[in-house]
Amino acid sequence: MAQHTRKGAQFQAVTANRLTDGVVVYLTADNTWSESLQDAEVAEGKEAGDALLARGQHFFEPGNLVLDVYLFEVEKTDKGIRASSVRETIRQAGPTIRRDLGKQAELEGVHE
Amino acid sequence: MQLIKNGKFVADEWTHVADDEPLPEGPVIVSYQRWLKEQNVLLARETPIGVQLKSGEEPKLIADHLDRLAVVALEFPAYRNGRAYSYARLLRERYDYKGEVRAVGAVLRDQFYFLVRCGFDALEVRDNITPEIFAESIGTFTHPYQPSTDGAEPVMSLRQRLAAGATVRKNELADR
Amino acid sequence: MYRYDEFDHRLVTERVEQFRGQVARRLSGELSEDEFKPLRLMNGVYLQLHAYMLRIAVPYGTLSSRQLRKLADIARKYDKGYGHFTTRQNLQLNWPALQDIPALLEELASVEMHCIQTSGNCIRNVTSDHYAGAAAGEVEDPRIVSEIIRQWSTFHPEFSFLPRKFKIAVSGTEHDRAAIKVHDIGIQILKNAAGEIGYEIWVGGGLGRTPMIGKKIGDFIRREDLLAYLEATLRVYNMQGRRDNLYKSRIKILVHEIGAGEMKKLVEEEFAEVKARGALQLPDIEVERIKAYFAAPAFETLPDATPELDAAIARDPKFADWVKASVTAHKQPGYAIVNISLKPIGKPPGDATSDQMDVVADVAEKYAFSEIRVAHEQNLCLANVRKKDLYEVWKALDAAELATPNVGLITDQIACPGLDYCNLANARSISIAERISERFADLKLQHDIGRLHINTSGCINACGHHHVGHIGILGVDKKGVEYYQVTLGGAADETAAVGDIVGPAFTEGEIVDAVDTIVKTYLGIRKEGEIFLDTYRRVGVEPFKEKLYAAH
Repeated sequence: MAQHTRKGAQFQAVTANRLTDGVVVYLTADNTWSESLQDAEVAEGKEAGDALLARGQHFFEPGNLVLDVYLFEVEKTDKGIRASSVRETIRQAGPTIRRDLGKQAELEGVHE
Repeated sequence: MQLIKNGKFVADEWTHVADDEPLPEGPVIVSYQRWLKEQNVLLARETPIGVQLKSGEEPKLIADHLDRLAVVALEFPAYRNGRAYSYARLLRERYDYKGEVRAVGAVLRDQFYFLVRCGFDALEVRDNITPEIFAESIGTFTHPYQPSTDGAEPVMSLRQRLAAGATVRKNELADR
Repeated sequence: MYRYDEFDHRLVTERVEQFRGQVARRLSGELSEDEFKPLRLMNGVYLQLHAYMLRIAVPYGTLSSRQLRKLADIARKYDKGYGHFTTRQNLQLNWPALQDIPALLEELASVEMHCIQTSGNCIRNVTSDHYAGAAAGEVEDPRIVSEIIRQWSTFHPEFSFLPRKFKIAVSGTEHDRAAIKVHDIGIQILKNAAGEIGYEIWVGGGLGRTPMIGKKIGDFIRREDLLAYLEATLRVYNMQGRRDNLYKSRIKILVHEIGAGEMKKLVEEEFAEVKARGALQLPDIEVERIKAYFAAPAFETLPDATPELDAAIARDPKFADWVKASVTAHKQPGYAIVNISLKPIGKPPGDATSDQMDVVADVAEKYAFSEIRVAHEQNLCLANVRKKDLYEVWKALDAAELATPNVGLITDQIACPGLDYCNLANARSISIAERISERFADLKLQHDIGRLHINTSGCINACGHHHVGHIGILGVDKKGVEYYQVTLGGAADETAAVGDIVGPAFTEGEIVDAVDTIVKTYLGIRKEGEIFLDTYRRVGVEPFKEKLYAAH
């Protein structure tokens, strides 16, 4: 799998796509998958990140709820948790060229 | 592993022997390399011999040996590696090989149909494969579009027969 | 148009049932994602960024009104009311749920459509000229042989697990609108001195990481031998193509490594054997059967001069602009070919809403023998329209925002879905195409610039055909930031060429200005009658490089 985080990333979260419909989801602190990045558990530092990923992969993937579980870099901002890369921002919000689609309808300004 | 031979689940009388293992009693399947090196020893045993070709070892390598081989096993190192489909067809169609052509390695249930069409008559399959699964897989499509080794009549030819007159009965079409 | 008989129907229905079983096994957990992935890919189901994507085959780009209406309906019911037409003349839905796909496929099958082999390492949807049957100088309608190949390649037992995907394109005219030289196999239909149909075979063209122009290995393959020749070529590739490296596994790398001469020799040896068996000899009766489906529609005998059209052009300048860009000469007097632009200024190239699809289906039913074509440039086309109906056709299309008069002009761009949708993309492509079209929106400017193809891909896989754009744009990722590399001088037609990289990549903020600089440079140095490509071929990359990097 492609790398979606980077060495030395401070904050990371775990994401996946839901099996039944492919919707983007995030691993939460109480071990569920949420459609909102704001519900995601954010791990600080490498070790916590790796542990979070392991929880997502080994515990959840065989559970047949999600696929393509991986770690990505996030930032904590005044407006909540934001993905660091363009790619993950688009996954979080929706296509930038169809602002009416995806989750961005409820996420004003996320692509700005 | 289980062996399906001509559509039936049967006991496998053959032993795969690694290059550094001593030869056991009974019919053995050895690598192409070992066959080249130990041909005389193997033939002297007077038990049936099989040779396994790796992906990349084309059938033409053993074209002149086929009269001495009861099994040619073709290896699938990964289910995505489809070279051996061509190898099987060549063995049957080009070299007119009548012995067993066996699929060994990474083979998915969704590929049985293709394997049988290409001339494999023996498949080593995972233990979770049942006769029902096998039957469902090879029965996926009633009429193929293209001719292949299995001799199934392709659609093009069925159409011609239909056009030529009512020699093809409806139930013949449905039952095949 | 081809219509299914009982055999075609049965096979597609059996495929729906097979896939229904595979999806059920995945949803129940019996299949892991690793096991399911190749199965879903064999049926055009991808996982993108936001959802699954389903690629629906439009064989050689021909659709009936009934089929297009069904696609509109499916996009409404199972998706978000729109679809994306691709450079392989297919339609992609961007938001279907996996659990709905079996039902969706069943609906597709009801109108003789499917998603078979729209992905995976197999022989993909055969593409062809969107002017098939309508173009002057056509040797034969390329859809006849395309349909024959479609059937032969469908669930081919030997060629379903090739080293890599395999794309075939067919052209029936000397002017190549099907980009046959950048396909794994390109087929040019020819007629010999005795008046017999045969095929010139080009092999080893392709884009992606290592773009290559195909090499001719067959000069005149006789019609009855075509399938045997294709089978021989595919067998050589299946056995000898590399499987150790994803980026070296296309047939173009094999042809490049062993040389076109050796490839020709291997194919001819294999061909002699396959032909001798005789099983693949194409019977005339089957050719005639399929040919009958592509017989010309019931054209009226009309004079070519159409005073009512001339009057409408004189009366309505907006209509005149559209005719100039969108309407092309037809071989039948009194008829015309109508291109429908799916490139409105500032909108995603190739997208059509369900409502727009319905409008096109209706217009085709009323004015174009119920037949629609998908062009590899991501536009639609009505191949057979009476010239005297053009004004009505335009009004109906214009009301649905389907009459942007830019076909063949700078704003008629090809763009892959890019990072807005695609899991593989490194950068966005649609948004770049949108901004370029906004920059060059002025129609007078567009006509002054003339024919100019800008193709944009969001990654090295080159789904946006950037290598063969007159101006090509490739999105790359540099540490999470989008950059764009520019190539110049590519072409996809009979003068096919891979573009030259102009220099270091531009940022997202710079790229539209860079295109502007390229266009202005061309306008400054072109000679009378030249299009961009002519000028580029005359002067080379240097003048453009100078202007682009002068300030740096």
